[in-house]
Amino acid sequence: MNEAIISTDDLSVHFPLRGPLFGEKPVVRAVEGVSVDIGKGSFYGLVGESGSGKTTFGRALLRAAPITRGSAIYNDGDVKYDLTTLQKNELKDYRKRAQLIFQDPYAALSPRMTVRDIIAEPLEVMGLTKTREETDERVREIAAKCRINLEHLRRFPHAFSGGQRQRISIARALVSKPNFIVADESVAALDVSIQADVLNLLKSIQQDMGLTFLFISHDLSVVAHTCDHVAVMYLGRLVETAPTRELFANPRHPYTKALLSAIPSLDPDDPGNPLKLEGEIPSPTNPPPGCKFQTRCRYAIDLCRKEEPKLDKLEAEHDVACHRWKELVEY
Amino acid sequence: MSLPLISVKDLTLSFRTDEGLVKAVDQVSFDIAPGEVMGLVGESGSGKSVTAKSLMLLNPDNAVYDPKSSITLNVDDKSIDVFSLKKPSEQMIIRGGAISMIFQEPMASFAPAISIGEQMVEQLMIHSTMTRARAKEISIEMLTRVGIPDPAQRFGQYAFEFSGGMRQRAMVAMALSTKPKLLIADEPTTALDVTIQAQVIDLMKDLVKEFHMAILFITHDLGVIAQTADQVAVMYLGKLIEKGSVRQVLRNPGHPYTRGLLEALPRLDDLDRPLKPVKGDIPSPLDRPSGCVFNTRCPVSLGSECETIIPEFTTNKDGQQVACILAEKEAQKEEAEA
Repeated sequence: MNEAIISTDDLSVHFPLRGPLFGEKPVVRAVEGVSVDIGKGSFYGLVGESGSGKTTFGRALLRAAPITRGSAIYNDGDVKYDLTTLQKNELKDYRKRAQLIFQDPYAALSPRMTVRDIIAEPLEVMGLTKTREETDERVREIAAKCRINLEHLRRFPHAFSGGQRQRISIARALVSKPNFIVADESVAALDVSIQADVLNLLKSIQQDMGLTFLFISHDLSVVAHTCDHVAVMYLGRLVETAPTRELFANPRHPYTKALLSAIPSLDPDDPGNPLKLEGEIPSPTNPPPGCKFQTRCRYAIDLCRKEEPKLDKLEAEHDVACHRWKELVEY
Repeated sequence: MSLPLISVKDLTLSFRTDEGLVKAVDQVSFDIAPGEVMGLVGESGSGKSVTAKSLMLLNPDNAVYDPKSSITLNVDDKSIDVFSLKKPSEQMIIRGGAISMIFQEPMASFAPAISIGEQMVEQLMIHSTMTRARAKEISIEMLTRVGIPDPAQRFGQYAFEFSGGMRQRAMVAMALSTKPKLLIADEPTTALDVTIQAQVIDLMKDLVKEFHMAILFITHDLGVIAQTADQVAVMYLGKLIEKGSVRQVLRNPGHPYTRGLLEALPRLDDLDRPLKPVKGDIPSPLDRPSGCVFNTRCPVSLGSECETIIPEFTTNKDGQQVACILAEKEAQKEEAEA
């Protein structure tokens, strides 16, 4: 793996809840003790069910959610920031270097701004360009890269389809020439035929501009096709991480196995393997003791109910947090 | 062959808008046999939901049905012409009686200020003569049946107290409590996580067997279709462009659009295959292409021929139907050779 552009250690994000006036207030442990290295230039996938903390983790890396504990270092070779202690001017600079692409291209674009203004806004806010000509130049350049018809720049977002809107959102995120992009469910709202187009676009831009992507998705087949490294989260914890091929060929955590087996096969005669998960993800305000997955895990033993497993280093950058993964290799 | 449960013929429907009449569904015909699961696939804007809502006459008032359209429901040895049902009391049979519907977003489908149980009881009492106590009994039975833990307590709770998966189960329980003959499921698993989706799919499969119920399953997810449907119909821009058994259509897609959809799909069994998008965007319904509706995006379009001739269904020997000039030519060639 290349040098890490983002490196977190024991990163936790807790949100306080309303509680008694005195004494300990309850907290939601949205992200708990996540340590990852995101290699520079990689397409890093983050998967998990809703409520697993993947969005919060992505936001914490952009300083859009508070980091309660642990560290997060951003290092693009040019500058190095400790994300937990960013000063105001550093944060401003970091915003140019790290950007977010949202899920819903219908909600992400202001209906009252033209496409040109939407894409140009970050440049103006960040003061990256001096003159209108310079701004227009940058907008046209990035629009062409995102395959937006330059004649469309004068129109308003309502005139565009989902796929076109998502290309506009991407252009807006890329216009400040960031190094690190968090794409949060960026293709989830699109039809498959358009989804393939947007995924191909993201890939080609990533290779072109040497970007690093944190690609958050609940769709494992999309992640399998686009990402080179995948991390699986469950109830705020990292449960498994590995290079994509390795993870999909040799999943080790029972949760990863269950996720993979839940994807409906395109072959009507292949009913899939019966590793179906019972129940639902527990509430993060009241997580179960021990391994967080034990309430839904068919292999849980007493140890799992008492002690939380640590991330075990397997071969080839493959880490898994399960007490019994070795015994369960055959299953 | 016995009568189909529901038979849709030449369903054509437009919406009256400020910009004039917009055609949403164009001469769609299909039958669903009793106990059969029919998958209806297509992109957003292809008219799948509008087609499904027509079966319950649920489209808004600005919908204009072409007089040639017909929908016939065959239940209890009676044939009912759906378009002749004018009064609400007559329409009860298609709205919760013989046909029920579940929606994509279960949070939006339950009234937020009325308990789940109360809503279940209400519709049971509307559709039958049973007592309130009996309706409650049946509702709790149904909640148990769809795997909601502690159903008696859940019965009195509100939609916001349920998780997403649980809400969708409650929705299924409610839709099925009147024992409909046809369930319309409009993207019922799209808002759910894969693990929960797998649970809901299993549940629906079990219930089809148990109640011998037919389902019109609307989704854009071909994997879900493969695992649930017997028959598949593919829609594009208001037109049905291919239909056949699920095995035929998924293994041997006949229409270039169906092939395009399958090629655009990321698949776990072949990670090296590049994703191939269907080029271009779906045209605006205000600006429907002439000839074959797919000709503007078709990779194998014949040009002027496809731009002028509206293709009819060609049926192959296995009963798979494809609306494409190329399929027609292929069939003619085979016939000439034989």
